[in-house]
This record gives sequence, C-alpha cells and structure tokens, in this order.
Amino acid sequence: MREGIYSVGQPIIQVEDLHKNYGEVQAVRGLSFAVEQGEVFGLLGPNGAGKTSTVEILEGLRTPDRGLVRVCGLDPETSGNAFKQNVGAVLQSTSLPDKLRVKEAIEMFAQFYRTRADTDQLLKQFQLEEKRSAFYGHLSGGQKQRLALAMALVNNPQVVFLDEPTAGLDPQVRREIYDIIEQLRREKKTVLLTTHYIEEAERLCDRVAIVDHGQVIALGTPRELKRGSAGTTRIEVRLARPVGDGALRRLDGVADCREFDGSYVLHSSSTAQTIVALVKHLESENNELHSLEIFSPSLEDVFIELTGRRLRE
Amino acid sequence: MSTTWTLTKMRMRLAVRNRAFFFFSLVMPLIFLFGAVMFFGKGAANAVAYVLGAILTLTVMGSFWGLSVQLVTFREQGILRRFRLAPVGASAMLASSILSNYFLTMPVVVLEIIICRYAFHLRSWGNLGAIFVLVTLGSAAFAAFGLIVASVTNTMQETQMINNLIWMGFLFLSGATVPLAVFPGWLQRCALFIPATYLATGLESAATNLATAGEMAGDITALTLGLVVAFEISRQLFRWEPEAKVPRRAKIWVLAALLPFLAFGAWENVTGHRLSQVRRNFQMLDNRAMPLRMERPR
Repeated sequence: MREGIYSVGQPIIQVEDLHKNYGEVQAVRGLSFAVEQGEVFGLLGPNGAGKTSTVEILEGLRTPDRGLVRVCGLDPETSGNAFKQNVGAVLQSTSLPDKLRVKEAIEMFAQFYRTRADTDQLLKQFQLEEKRSAFYGHLSGGQKQRLALAMALVNNPQVVFLDEPTAGLDPQVRREIYDIIEQLRREKKTVLLTTHYIEEAERLCDRVAIVDHGQVIALGTPRELKRGSAGTTRIEVRLARPVGDGALRRLDGVADCREFDGSYVLHSSSTAQTIVALVKHLESENNELHSLEIFSPSLEDVFIELTGRRLRE
Repeated sequence: MSTTWTLTKMRMRLAVRNRAFFFFSLVMPLIFLFGAVMFFGKGAANAVAYVLGAILTLTVMGSFWGLSVQLVTFREQGILRRFRLAPVGASAMLASSILSNYFLTMPVVVLEIIICRYAFHLRSWGNLGAIFVLVTLGSAAFAAFGLIVASVTNTMQETQMINNLIWMGFLFLSGATVPLAVFPGWLQRCALFIPATYLATGLESAATNLATAGEMAGDITALTLGLVVAFEISRQLFRWEPEAKVPRRAKIWVLAALLPFLAFGAWENVTGHRLSQVRRNFQMLDNRAMPLRMERPR
C-alpha cells in the first residue's frame, strides 16, 4: 500500500449522490455506493443504465455535475497524476496504434509510472508471451482484451476499473477473463467491474450494485440480493396462444408473472405445484405449451422484480 | 521529460513502420528536389542553392500535414483516451509529436543538402548553422500549426479539408513552389502575412548564403514566436475524447495564433526589407551566372 493517500477503515472508493447529465439526458441520477479495499464490486445494469458514465467519472475521464467521488482518498478529477499512479483501468472502447508491438506497448505504459510491475511476468500471466512481437493490429479480440488487462496492471495499482471487460468476446475468452479477475481477487486487488452479464456478476463479485436509469436500485452480495427476491424459482414458458398474465399469476405457487416478447416469466415459490397448475390451466383453455425452462433464482430475477424489465432488453 | 521521450520513441517507431510516411516524407521531397533542379535550376550550380532553399522549405512544411492527421486518428480510434488514463499530459503528447517529427525530418534535410552538394554540384554548403536553426524552428512551428488544426476539427475528413486549404496557401504563396518574386506586388505583400513565407525566405537566404544576421534574426523571431503561440494554443485546445466538443473559445484562440504573423506582416509591409530579400534571393535563379557572395573556399 502506498503511503499517505488512503487510510485503513475508509472505503477505497466512495461515491455519494453522483449526478451526470448529457444535455437533456440524465445518465446518472444520485448514485451512491462505497467499495472496501480488496473487494470485487460489480455495477450490474442494462445498457444505458449509467454504469460507464459512473466508472469514467471514477477514472477521472469525465466531470460529474454533482456529488462526491473519492478513489484512494483522492478526487479523480483534480488529483491528476497522484491519482493515476494508483489506478489501472480497462475501458469499454479504446485502442492502441496498429503498428505497435505487444511488448513495446506494455513496456511503454510501464515507463509512465513510478511503480512498475514486471512486464515479462504480466505477458506470461496473460498468455501473451508468444505474441510479444506481434503488432497490436494483428491480435484477436480476446488477445487485445488480455493486453488491455495486462496494461491496466503495469503500475501494480490499488484499484482496477474494468468497464464491460468481456463484452463482445466469445464464451471461451470470457472464461479466460473470469480466471484473470478471480486471480486479481486472490491478490487482494480492489476491482470495480461493470457488466450486463448476470453470470459475470454472480461469479466474480463480492458485492453488486444493480443500476437502472442512473440509480442504484439494489445493493448487496449476490446471495443477499437473491435471497431478497423471495427465493423464488423462475419458470419461463412459451405458449401457442397468448393468455392474460393475470390468469397465470393466479396459478398455485406463483408470486409474480410478467410477459416478455411473447414468453411468460413466472416466479414460483413451489415449482412442482406451479407446473402442474399451469398444465391443467392450458388444457382447460385448449392452449399448448411450446417450451418450458426452469431457472434457479438469479440476479436477473432480482432485476426483473425491481424494474419489470429484463437486463438485456 | 521521460514521458515525452517515451512517447517520442513510440511515435518514431510508428512512423518508420508506415509506408505512407516514407513516401510523403522521403520519396516525395526527393522527387520535388530532382524535378525542381531540372526545371528551375537547369543544371546551373548557383540556381541549385536557391532551389535547395525551396525544397528544404517544402520538407519542413510537411510537418504541418502528418501530425494533425495522426492526432485526429488517435482521437477517433480512442487511442488518446487510453493514454489519458496514464500519467500522460497534453503537453507531453503534443511535444512528443513535434520532437518525433523533427528527428525524422532532419535526416531528410541532410540528405537533400548532400544530394545538392555532390549530385547537383552546389558550390557552397550555404549557411549550415542558419539552416539548422531554421529547420529546427520551422519543423516545430509547422508541426504545432498542424496540431492546432487537429484540435479544432472533429473528423479526419474535416482535418484533411482544412489542411488542404491552408496547405495550398503555404505552398503557393510562400515562394516555396513558385518564386514569390514573380508574383504581382500586391500578392507579394499578402504573402508577408503567411508563416510559410518567413521559413521560405529564411531557408532560401541561408541556402544561398546571402542572409545577413539581421534577416536571420527576423526569421528566427517570427518562427519562434509562431512556435510558442501555436504550441500553447494547441495545448489549450487539446481534446482526448472523440466526442468532446470543440470549445467556443477555439475560434478566438485560432485567431490568436495568427496575431504574430499579422504583426510581422504589417511590419514587413512597412519596411519592405523582406520583399527586397525575396527579390535578391530570386536573382540566384534568374541570373544563373551570378557569383555567390561570401562563398567559402572549397
């Protein structure tokens, strides 16, 4: 830990009543949360929820309209290089010059900092050793993202911001990135992660803030949040003919029912009872069941319960 | 300083890996050199000195083009915002552009002088000290002018359009391509408000070894002032983000960049010294038998 910047007991990231507008659009509306040192903290929400605006304010890339922001006890906007020395980040949209080699890129960025990690070790850790002489423009999407992660760690930062680090990557590469983030957790790095992938938040985050329309609508550990959603099972069904969701809501065990794009999402406290009741209801209505899927409670259910929408609508 | 040097090395690496850079920075100036010596010089050694001054001007003025295009590309592609996350300031970013461009321009300048001396039988090396100072200040000042354009344009198309407009003025009104002395008087007077004119007349005088200390001081002052003002303006207007708007005050800043040359132009129009210098230099081309003054023993 670098001295004189952050004191123990104080949250390493502090956000209070944050506001950010783009013209008439209110991207962030009074968002507040705090992250403890060594925590992997997730901002989970749909596209346009205000996650990237929030994280870019925390990185010092954007100016907030109102509110308090502190990272390692510093104001990202006004602390300049003292702040930058302490943080690493993977941006959602960024690039490097195509004709820059992998090794050159990571070494160049390392030279900007007072504290420098071993760049050879980072290349090894991120499986980029074989690509050290490759031009950035010749890397695959996954390799570019791994390089971005490696570069975020060249200064051995206290806090790492990862803005949608797996967006657009195939499942295998995504799993590789998950392994890297889990390793960061083992190394006790503080990580702030934004995502709209449920499994990412559930698997990687110690605590999650669910964000919608620029506000935190729920905050806690994934387990706490799921428990808070009444521990219901999600049953998704597709029917031959539409029915009113009021009828399905009255079925045995159903706590909630909502329609999304022609399919019905039922939250049930008694799965077996609900399915039996559903089949009976469809027979009596001369309707047919096209598909039925059962999901154990997830953060998606929490989001649906709180907003009435799916995360990726 | 180490950040600037780190960025400078990166910029130089990127430039030498770029084929377009080789063509525009090395091949094209040499094509111009051979063409100009054949067309204007017609093989006369005295005229070669005049032509060399013009070619050096073109080479140095090329700094205006490349940097603005590269900076806008970096911004459009989100490269600048990655640097912004690191402890890298706008000054280091801009200074590294200027320095890398200078280090890459200098060898071309040296090559052009050597070719003129040995292939085209240039009688004298000219005033090498003055050439060095003018090339150094000129490449930095014109690079800084390019960086202003990059700061006030949002897209590559916009940058190229504005670059073309300004470049045409630099090219044809400075005397770098068509000798200023052949233009009508009123156009010569207008040319005195263009920064490129100071570089062109300075380098022509230095290459022909006709420059007096006073004339050199005037050119050096104009280019130094141009460099300082342009660098500060490009620093003030620097934008890291592609979506960042050009600030309203940008137009005022851009006008401020013109102020030194408006002042110099007005001064030169009153005194008439520079136009006399332009006509005197041109005699090297016009009267090819004219002996070189202050010619050093071979």
